[in-house]
Amino acid sequence: MKRILPILAATALIPAAALAAEGDQLTIVSWGGAYTNSQVKAYHEPYSEKTGTEIFNEDKSANALAGIRSQVEAGNVTWDVVDMLQADAQRACDEGLIMRIPHDEWLAPGPDGAKPTDDFIEGTLGECFVPQILYATMFAYNTDAFPDGGPKTVKDIWDLEKFPGTRALQKIPQKNLEWALIADGVPADEVYDVLETREGQDRAFAKLDEIKDNVIWWSEGAQPPQMLADEEAVIATAYNGRIFNAQVNEDQPFKIMWDHQMFEVDGWVVPVDQGDDNLKLIKDYLYFATDTQRLADQAKYISYAPARKSSVPEVGMLEGTEIDMKPHMPTNPENFKTAVQFNTEFWADYGDQLEERFNAWLAQ
Amino acid sequence: MADITADGYSPARDEEDEAQDKALTTADGTPLKISLRRSQARQRRRAFYLVAPLLAFLVVTFGWPIAQMTFRSIHNPEVANYLPETSAAIADWSGDDVPDEEVFAAMARDMKTGVEDRTIGRAAARINREIPGARSLVMSTARDVEEMSPPYRDAFLAEDEDWADLEFWRLIKRETRILTPAYYLLALDFEYNTRGEIVERPEVYQVYRLLFWRTAWMSMAITGLCILLGYPIAHLLATLPLRKSNLLMILVLLPFWTSLLVRTSAWIVLLQQQGVINDLLVWANIVGDDGRVRMIYNQIGTIIAMTHILLPFMILPLYSVMKTIPPSYMRAARSLGATQFTAFTKIYMPLTIPGLAAGVLLVFILAIGYYITPALVGGESGIFISNLIAQNMQGSSAQLKLASALATILLVAVLVFYWLFNKLIGVDRLKFG
Repeated sequence: MKRILPILAATALIPAAALAAEGDQLTIVSWGGAYTNSQVKAYHEPYSEKTGTEIFNEDKSANALAGIRSQVEAGNVTWDVVDMLQADAQRACDEGLIMRIPHDEWLAPGPDGAKPTDDFIEGTLGECFVPQILYATMFAYNTDAFPDGGPKTVKDIWDLEKFPGTRALQKIPQKNLEWALIADGVPADEVYDVLETREGQDRAFAKLDEIKDNVIWWSEGAQPPQMLADEEAVIATAYNGRIFNAQVNEDQPFKIMWDHQMFEVDGWVVPVDQGDDNLKLIKDYLYFATDTQRLADQAKYISYAPARKSSVPEVGMLEGTEIDMKPHMPTNPENFKTAVQFNTEFWADYGDQLEERFNAWLAQ
Repeated sequence: MADITADGYSPARDEEDEAQDKALTTADGTPLKISLRRSQARQRRRAFYLVAPLLAFLVVTFGWPIAQMTFRSIHNPEVANYLPETSAAIADWSGDDVPDEEVFAAMARDMKTGVEDRTIGRAAARINREIPGARSLVMSTARDVEEMSPPYRDAFLAEDEDWADLEFWRLIKRETRILTPAYYLLALDFEYNTRGEIVERPEVYQVYRLLFWRTAWMSMAITGLCILLGYPIAHLLATLPLRKSNLLMILVLLPFWTSLLVRTSAWIVLLQQQGVINDLLVWANIVGDDGRVRMIYNQIGTIIAMTHILLPFMILPLYSVMKTIPPSYMRAARSLGATQFTAFTKIYMPLTIPGLAAGVLLVFILAIGYYITPALVGGESGIFISNLIAQNMQGSSAQLKLASALATILLVAVLVFYWLFNKLIGVDRLKFG
């Protein structure tokens, strides 16, 4: 017994010790790959260092809306902060799945004391949404496949004679339908009006039909650079940061075609039903992670444009290199000439219907 | 319970012996029959306790989720729960004209509660599924409803003329039902039209019947291929000398034990356009470099990979049955004058039916529910219904209820197939190995 007693005492102490060491924890959901990495470097690591909070990453953002829906329905919310697209955040907010965020109360002011609501780029803040970045989805190609020069416009993408080879497109109707209409001659500022009509939808799908046999589909942001590298596809739609990452870190011969890039905002939301202590921690994290310096820092690791105006001048070199990040930003004037803003409101309304039709079209 | 009666006690004998046993009692005076029954009951209870954990496990992990899934597929609470007053008010509406003030006032009250509880978006999302654009109509009006004043009918119509849209109100009236077959209609490519009649969906949305049919015929093709490939191998296994057949058996079992994902990815490496087989074909000048054959990300890919993966499920039951067929039967048939072919079809084949049928049952049922392999190698034309079920569970437009309806239909199809199979062949005759 004498021998056993210390052992028993020791085992009894272990959980207590473990609990004490555990401290604060946050589960943060994001997109994975180079993008999560940039958040880890720019936000999570400095925050953990400062406060001792342990941060767990889950790469589930592609299914964030469905995930939050089922967690809230089941009354078991395990996600603390979720990285989400603005369109999805709008829907989640309408459905009462995520918290309303009083931006001026929760977030840090700009370095000159500007209110957050003034410091973030117009139209990016949402009722329940704190933007981090502006990113672009656009076409990119492998220069090896086109020694005489690659496609220059969206129309060229549909030109299978001049630019033969497989295209890799994202397996969603969003953006593909817009580009199909643009390739069919619809002016960019009328795209969404046309897409609201039945004829416009037919027209977009008919245009996609033209290249359907030459398309492979991707669903994760990390796939298109891989597909281009493996020569499975010669042209791919992709997030600009992923292509940049492949160009710089992997030395791939890729080129971005900025014509009619579609830019969109991505940011944080907080699912409802958080405990008081947890909410305090979440607020503290958001205050830290969305301040001017942090947003500018993220651009050191990935070529997405910070959503705060005050962060833009702070954007510098790619970490550890002499590469100026500014020309690689989707908001750089040279890249932004024909840019189209992704219409979140349109897709909140027509997303269900068009996704259904898109899925049926794919399988037919 | 079969093993409890295995001790020699059976009801039939019981009745027979009743007359003789009448006088028999145990030491404490209770009639033998009662005492026996008691001990039987004890044994039965004990047996039940032993299986109880498994039973509970099955109920919790299998029965309950299936019941929930089935319920979800017909449950339609959004409109009734989040627009309760409107649901009550609209019950008497004829559907021919824009509803009157009473309905609009109820809608306004529901909106006020819905904005406060932040639930209005859930009702709006449900309606928007059927009428694209209805979401922003409901949401934008709900945002302003606090400042509106009666009569609400005029206020709503002034806000947005779409409130006069009869289609919208008819939909609300229809969706006040808590239980609805709507998701089953969708799962079979039907829908309600604006007058509430069931009609086929527009062609551009039709996909599920096609997919159910594709799943069925491709599973049949895979089962057929498994028979063609598996039967000779099983025969070889059963008739070769032990040492050789053991080696062959390992060749069958090794892939069987290898992870599904590994085998599927191996097929990707082999079959893709830049893959091993195409490289060989190009190298041998059978096809040109720009004429590489597309063998994957289509139906061929799914059929090849799944046939390979499911083959052991055909070979093993066949082998176990063939092993028990004495070679002397075939020799006897031959010596009685049958040709090799007749002996095979009249003697050998019928004897292998229990194994063949078991293999068919296993392979076919596994195939129609397959998910991962079609997802990886099926591209778009080679995916199965299970992939569409998964698709409906993901993404921002996830339709869990439609997924539930599709899954329930698939489950029922499997049960019907099993029942048919049982009628035709008799499941108790099967030998699974």
